[in-house]
Amino acid sequence: MSDVVEKTLTALPSLLSLDSQPGSAKLSSSSKLGNLIRGITELTSKHEEEKLIQRELLLIKEQVSSPNTTMRQMKELMVRAIYCEMLGYGVSFSYIHAIKLAQQGNVLEKRVGYLAVSLFLNEGHELLLLLVNTVLKDLQSTNLIEVCMALTVVSQMFPKDMIPAILPLVEEKLNHPKEIIRRKAVLALYKFYLIAPNQVQHIHNKFRKALCDKDPGVMSASLHIYLQLIQENPEGYKDLAPSFVTILKQVVAGKLPMDFNYHSVPAPWLQIHLLRILSLLGKSDQSTSEIMYEILDESLRRAEMNHNITYAILYECVKCVYTIHPKSDLLEKAAKCIGNFVLSPKINLKYLGLKALTYVVQQDPKLALQHQMTIIECLDHPDLIIKRETLELLFRITNEQNVTVIVEKMLDFLQINKDDHTTIDLVGKVAELAEKYAPDNEWFIETMNTVFSVGGDLLQPDIPNSFLKLLSEGFDSVEEDKKLRLFAVNSYVSLLEGGPSKLPQRFLQVICWVLGEFSHLREDLEPDVVLRMLAKLLDMKSSSSETKCWVLMAMTKLCSGGAALALVQDVSETYSSSLDTMLRQRAQELQILSQDSKLQAKVLPRSASMEPVEVDSSLSFLDGFVSEALAAGAAPYKPPHQRQEELSRSKALNMEPYGLSLPIGMSSCSVTDRQSPTLLSISSGLSGDSADFSHKGSSAALKLDGVKRLWGRDGYLAKKEAAEEAPQVEAASPVRSPSQRGDTDGSVSQTPTPECDQEKQQLASSLFVGLATQSSVCLMGKSEPTSQRFRRKPKASGGSEPMSNPLASPSDGADNVLPQNLLDSSDLDVSSPEQTHGLPQDPDTPNGSCTAEEESADPMAEPSAHEDLDRSRDSCLSSHLPAELSALSHSEITSLCSNQSLDVSACHVQREDSVVLVVFVSNRSDFCLQQMRLQVQSEELEVSCASDCPSEELKSHSVAVCQYLLTVQRPSVHFDLSATVSWQLPAGSPQTAPFSYKLPLTGFIRALRLSTEEYGAMWLAYSHDTKLNLTLMDDDQDPLAATLHVLKRKLQLHVVEIIGVEAIVACCLQQDQPCLMHCRVHAGMLAVWLRSPVPDLPDCLLYHCQRALQEP
Amino acid sequence: MIKFVLMVNQQGQTRLSKYYDPVELSRRAALEAVVVRCCLSRSKHECSFVEYNDFKLVYRQYAALYVVVGITHSENELSIYELIQNFVEVLDKYFSRVSELDIMFNLDSVHIILDEMIQNGHIVETNKSRILAPLTAIDKMADG
Repeated sequence: MSDVVEKTLTALPSLLSLDSQPGSAKLSSSSKLGNLIRGITELTSKHEEEKLIQRELLLIKEQVSSPNTTMRQMKELMVRAIYCEMLGYGVSFSYIHAIKLAQQGNVLEKRVGYLAVSLFLNEGHELLLLLVNTVLKDLQSTNLIEVCMALTVVSQMFPKDMIPAILPLVEEKLNHPKEIIRRKAVLALYKFYLIAPNQVQHIHNKFRKALCDKDPGVMSASLHIYLQLIQENPEGYKDLAPSFVTILKQVVAGKLPMDFNYHSVPAPWLQIHLLRILSLLGKSDQSTSEIMYEILDESLRRAEMNHNITYAILYECVKCVYTIHPKSDLLEKAAKCIGNFVLSPKINLKYLGLKALTYVVQQDPKLALQHQMTIIECLDHPDLIIKRETLELLFRITNEQNVTVIVEKMLDFLQINKDDHTTIDLVGKVAELAEKYAPDNEWFIETMNTVFSVGGDLLQPDIPNSFLKLLSEGFDSVEEDKKLRLFAVNSYVSLLEGGPSKLPQRFLQVICWVLGEFSHLREDLEPDVVLRMLAKLLDMKSSSSETKCWVLMAMTKLCSGGAALALVQDVSETYSSSLDTMLRQRAQELQILSQDSKLQAKVLPRSASMEPVEVDSSLSFLDGFVSEALAAGAAPYKPPHQRQEELSRSKALNMEPYGLSLPIGMSSCSVTDRQSPTLLSISSGLSGDSADFSHKGSSAALKLDGVKRLWGRDGYLAKKEAAEEAPQVEAASPVRSPSQRGDTDGSVSQTPTPECDQEKQQLASSLFVGLATQSSVCLMGKSEPTSQRFRRKPKASGGSEPMSNPLASPSDGADNVLPQNLLDSSDLDVSSPEQTHGLPQDPDTPNGSCTAEEESADPMAEPSAHEDLDRSRDSCLSSHLPAELSALSHSEITSLCSNQSLDVSACHVQREDSVVLVVFVSNRSDFCLQQMRLQVQSEELEVSCASDCPSEELKSHSVAVCQYLLTVQRPSVHFDLSATVSWQLPAGSPQTAPFSYKLPLTGFIRALRLSTEEYGAMWLAYSHDTKLNLTLMDDDQDPLAATLHVLKRKLQLHVVEIIGVEAIVACCLQQDQPCLMHCRVHAGMLAVWLRSPVPDLPDCLLYHCQRALQEP
Repeated sequence: MIKFVLMVNQQGQTRLSKYYDPVELSRRAALEAVVVRCCLSRSKHECSFVEYNDFKLVYRQYAALYVVVGITHSENELSIYELIQNFVEVLDKYFSRVSELDIMFNLDSVHIILDEMIQNGHIVETNKSRILAPLTAIDKMADG
């Protein structure tokens, strides 16, 4: 590092004496700026600084608004304002003057004006709009410098909506004779692409022209756009790979002008940029990768020169080699290169080497073996940063055999680390490793104890949650589960007997939960003892009220015994007058449940924390309360999105152009909107409820739903998948003798240095065990997943299944009988080919997704055999379909009920104007069934017999077919039909069997074809509405169209018109109940607004839209 | 991606700051204080890269002045380390033997140079003469 500058700077005498300095000569020290700077250099305390700057701000404020201030003075004022803001003092009063300076000043003043604007204003600041005219003027200026600075500011920040105003001018500059103008124009377009990709879609060919520009500066500017484009869509730019390779070849060969060199390395940052692009293009693409091998080889060879910047290029090169399709000799060279890094005495190189190694071992864990001694040395490095990076590397190579050593090293590090962020990160990693590879119960619980005590309350909330989930769900063997839980209980009891005051709150909460749930497993432990321990926690000053809630919940579970009733009574009395409502609620529960052991056993069944709990999600028991409140004049409930909408509408100006001429009125709200909140909460649960934990209420809720609800299926699985990506290597024999170690060492090029002592050798063998056994280099290909110790049972996910029937709860008094088929079907062209023929092929279509609940399924039947049976029955039964229905599409025929004498199956058929339920009753017995009767009913559907069973007698081995016409009375997400079949054998008593059938709302939805005008008129007339943001489908071309296509295909919606980023869609529920939908793409989401004259229909339909978009 | 560029002296006073990711004014002072403490506490033998929250700091010391660059984890630390050197070399070329006071008295020029080199958190120019071209042109016009 013998850098000229460094010497120069070091040679300078004390920098702070103002005299004899070349810099100060440029500005008279008597100038105002000079005064400010002198003042700043002489500061000794924060207090002084504040006084100085406040005085300065007053001066600036005064001068800046004075009409006599010249532009020259204004420039100086702006620099002073920049100073003040740099020190953290807001100067918002001068923002407008910065814009004025850019407008009116001469060249230098203008530049400072633009500079101040770019430093002061954030992107999206309203004042930026005032800059547009100035930029427009400067872009047209004949003075190149002005054009240049206008382009510079545009490529830093520009209001998105005003891009069209200057885009033609910027495009024009792409053909400018001066390279600097062309280069800056490309950078401006890059900025446009970043903030509004749609606006520059039409000029992609101009990007290609810029890439081929004869000037290297313009070409390298265009690489920014390409890196971005390729990141988003590597497939679209494979054809450019040879061009990038050629450019890199020329750069490496030194074909660029000399002034592009940096320390005689040709354009190093350009090389790095190109290497990044190449690795994106070559990733899992053999043919594209092959084009690159030569130049990568060349780059690796040229790396002999010993300068930092060549190492920077090398690092990028190594990463590229390990990202693209592998080639063995290149991999070898790259691996050798990494050796140069990690063995370097320069610490910065060592760091980068470790980082490269961390990246590489994910592909090839064996590489860590080559450098094991270096890794060990780094583990004891005095620099914490190096240590930390080494742990990161070890984290990637952890397996069952080295987990204890690696976790120990991590925990050691945690003891000395002071940085919160690192602690959180590392603690999370320890928890992950412990969960994945724990050798035994004891180790697992103890490690988790350390995690909880070290991580404290900084801990990511998902760690305690997944731990509790793990404990409660259990693993493969019941015996093991019991041992683990028992061990946890023992460990926590002894912790509480020690000093619980030092334990973090989160840990205490975990302890409470476990003791409440599982302390009964330890037979010698009286519940009273535990209760007394828990009560002590309540008295601790440090306990937060959330922890107290957990304590009370645990006590509620334990209080059935009766001996400690006095204690419990005491506690619940104390807290039932608490100011904290949550705490008061828990205390009430404790009080009531402790006195009523029957109720307690019912509400809190022991060891059944994972059983689903039935919840009346529509809160129908509150109906009376609500109607009373409404009658008393209370405002009707508005869902949060509606409230927000109204709030934002009243606050902000509408900056968006009026695109679609849709009437947007205040959304009306009626009493029936009551059901929205329930639905909303359910749909948010569906969209991945891992974030739900932030909801304090649920974390402190009754234990019944405590753990289960916090765990969304998505969040949980995602974490697991990520974990499985970490390298996993096959298990070797757990104990390895030193001689065996020697063998593996011998096979590796790197021999340990003589001074490395026995201890290090030992550490190495424990750290790298399990890595050497891999026979071949395993690249890209996933090694076989090892059996995980703490693998959850598959059934566990059932606990987090979303409730499927949110609106099914009975609600009496809603008997509004809807008229049937009021509209003439000629108005509505529902018999379009896509809905009648599209159905059978696609399993996702509304009919296909119907599920049937078998209430008397044969438990002994093998699943596969069962499926076969289903299939054969399906084909056999479908021949029994009545002739007029057989041409139409029908849902899968599902078996609903079967016993010795008969089988009941059913399907539903979508007719143009209605839905028909077809029930097949087949007689399995050798006798004739008599007085066979079917009864079908539903809460939400009107069921009428279309054609009843032909006779009450069913001959042996024959099939009776009954049809029922279904009409929706009240929209619901799913409709449940409950039915009973009764029959009598010739010599027997009458028998009945219940069965149920479930079909989704979508079966009743039909496309509604209307014009945009009709749509507009109808939209206005409807009062029930719902809004929600849905996820867009991944589609680079047109996500809106792709999303609409999915909705059209799966739900048979009719797309009325697409206008830009908006679309209007219509459908109806069995012909006479329309529902209109307005979609708009906004911030990467699809903002959907549904309206209908029918209460609940928008909510229910929205649910299915969400489902349709989430299911692949 | 580059998140910010800072120039601070050994007393921890900020001499230049430029953010490429919006950071509220009120949070900047606190962030800078922590960043400075992070870098100043390290000895010459220690690594020039420091992890700080969700980003990394790359720093380089010139006499009493530190240049600190905050970057994302995906960035190449060493290339940023050398970018700092390049930046200082450009300043040295423009001011002929740059000092802390040059930077203080010509904050605007230093910012203009930085704007030529880094935009939107990406390195856009590293060729010294090209970096300085617009600024020298402006100077000439102002003088002439």
